[in-house]
Amino acid sequence: MKYQSQKISLAYFAFAMVLFVVQVLMGVVIGYVYLNPNFLAEVLPFNILRMLHTNSLIVWLLTGFFGIAYYIIPEEAEREIENPTLAYVQLAILVLGTAGVVVTYIFDLFHGNPFLGKQGREFIEQPVWVQLGIVVAALIFLYNVTMTVLKGRKTAVANVLLLGLWGIAIFFLFAFYNPANLALDKMFWWWIVHLWVEGVWELVMAAVLAFLMLKLAGVDREMVEKWIYGLAALSLFTGILGTGHHYYWIGTPAYWQWIGSIFSSLEVVPFFAMVLFVFTMVWKGQREHPNKAALLWTLGCAVLAFFGAGIWGFLHTLAPVNYYTHGTQVTMSHGHLAFYGAYVCLNLAFITYAMPKLLGREPYNQVLNMVSFWVMTGAMAFITFALTFAGAVQTHLQRVRGENFMDVQDELTLFYLFREGAGVVVLLAVFLYLYSVFVPREKEIIAPAATPAE
Amino acid sequence: MSETKTDREQKGDQATSGSLDEGWGPLSELPGNPMMWLLIISEIAVFGAGFAGFAVAFVMNPDLFRESQDTLNRLAGAINTMVLVTSGLFAALAVRAESEGRTGLMRLHVAIAVLLGLVFLGVKVVEYSGELSAGHTIDTNTFFTLYYLLTGFHALHVVLGIIILVIVAIWHSLDNLETGAAFWHMVDLIWVILFPVVYLLR
Repeated sequence: MKYQSQKISLAYFAFAMVLFVVQVLMGVVIGYVYLNPNFLAEVLPFNILRMLHTNSLIVWLLTGFFGIAYYIIPEEAEREIENPTLAYVQLAILVLGTAGVVVTYIFDLFHGNPFLGKQGREFIEQPVWVQLGIVVAALIFLYNVTMTVLKGRKTAVANVLLLGLWGIAIFFLFAFYNPANLALDKMFWWWIVHLWVEGVWELVMAAVLAFLMLKLAGVDREMVEKWIYGLAALSLFTGILGTGHHYYWIGTPAYWQWIGSIFSSLEVVPFFAMVLFVFTMVWKGQREHPNKAALLWTLGCAVLAFFGAGIWGFLHTLAPVNYYTHGTQVTMSHGHLAFYGAYVCLNLAFITYAMPKLLGREPYNQVLNMVSFWVMTGAMAFITFALTFAGAVQTHLQRVRGENFMDVQDELTLFYLFREGAGVVVLLAVFLYLYSVFVPREKEIIAPAATPAE
Repeated sequence: MSETKTDREQKGDQATSGSLDEGWGPLSELPGNPMMWLLIISEIAVFGAGFAGFAVAFVMNPDLFRESQDTLNRLAGAINTMVLVTSGLFAALAVRAESEGRTGLMRLHVAIAVLLGLVFLGVKVVEYSGELSAGHTIDTNTFFTLYYLLTGFHALHVVLGIIILVIVAIWHSLDNLETGAAFWHMVDLIWVILFPVVYLLR
């Protein structure tokens, strides 16, 4: 850590990790509701628990991105953050908003109130006052990082990161546009949900992977810059019109089935390019960085994103296939591995890299950290497979044979049991990870090889 | 963190403004900016997927496709093929003029290439209005959905290509001209495949 203001990211990472625990905990709870449908039904219905699961995921990933940006931007721009106090104000707004959301959801406060009550649109259920707070926080954030870059060194990493972060803020504004026509409502709703994860978030991902490669593999910046512009171009080229794969059955014209199928099939390309990128960089790199755990998470991120977002996405993206699989457990399997591989791993990789530096320590507890990677990844893969098979069975029984939804759900119990078991293991792995990152240790369980002579 | 580690992290972390044309692997060998070739490869993948989809849809509805295809204006398509290929020739001549340092001649050639591009778009408008007045819209059937999507998407690239040609003719260098001409030839190439696939093959 070279700049004092990089310390800001510590607070962001801490808040992100709290929400990470909440998210996975809620996942385990709703996984249990699948097995025992009346569990908590009177106190906290399934839809509220699910909102907490998905909302906390998004918020913690975004909080992580903010923390990552506050760490990367000073180092890339070679100057302190423009206004560190504002950065903490921004975090306070996010914490307040999150607390407001949780309380509003759980107690269903201000039901039906257009400003204070929760809204009905999936994933953007937040009350309007919270959404306005998010906009204010985003404006503070964009002011802070953009001014820092404008007054400092301009690099490809910072440029692509800023492009991604501006995109996140701009597309969030569609949360305020709610046309009465349901087809139009859904059409613009995807401008947030899709254009984030399959558009501008990929830019953030490319920039963060590039930064980690610069630090961990020690490759030439020049080489990284070529890749990063290429990755950004491929992500936007395929991702923007790839939104069409959400327009198949929502009342939009039929030609979207062609546009969506063609462009979203190619969305696998930028994810594969990211795999090529990180492995080429490590191959060509001239450095043995002591933080092996961060490297493992980084490589794992690219590979798992390729499988989760790329392969599992392609699996059901073609319109004739999606006609049968739409909204089944196949979608769930893709959603879980894609979010885990692309964005959870990205945050955890960066936190693993940055935390020893923020706390002024040598990398520690790496063995445990790497164990947590394999346990978490193994369990997430297990969840993905369980849901994929559940989805295949569900598609056949429900969509091909035309059986009743609830009858089919009964047939899937075994898969849901497997998923719940793996979910508990994920929760354990989260605690292993947090312990390895936050609790200092005198020396490694397995001593690392002596650093080779320079 | 120790001092040496920080030093090591600094290695290979100098901001460089080296030429963007080196170290791109196979793309370095190609004329023009490598990023343009990345775009060209992506475009070919998209249109390739579109043509593959067209072929599958054709096999599944052969009669519908043959009937619909017969209503297309093949003469307009043939004229446009010649117009666009000729335009490509002038883009190539513009690159040669730039390499010889003859800016005036280069701009003349680009102007002719752009003019022919506009002729192509004009013919396209006539063609579309004929189709639309016959009641064939993008929603008529699968053939017309693909016809409008493929030719419309291609026409958008003609518009973009014209803009790129104008830009490289104003801010000219051999690299810029090669970049613009590479995109323009890609637009040619796709049309040369699109025309027989959509208009002629039965």
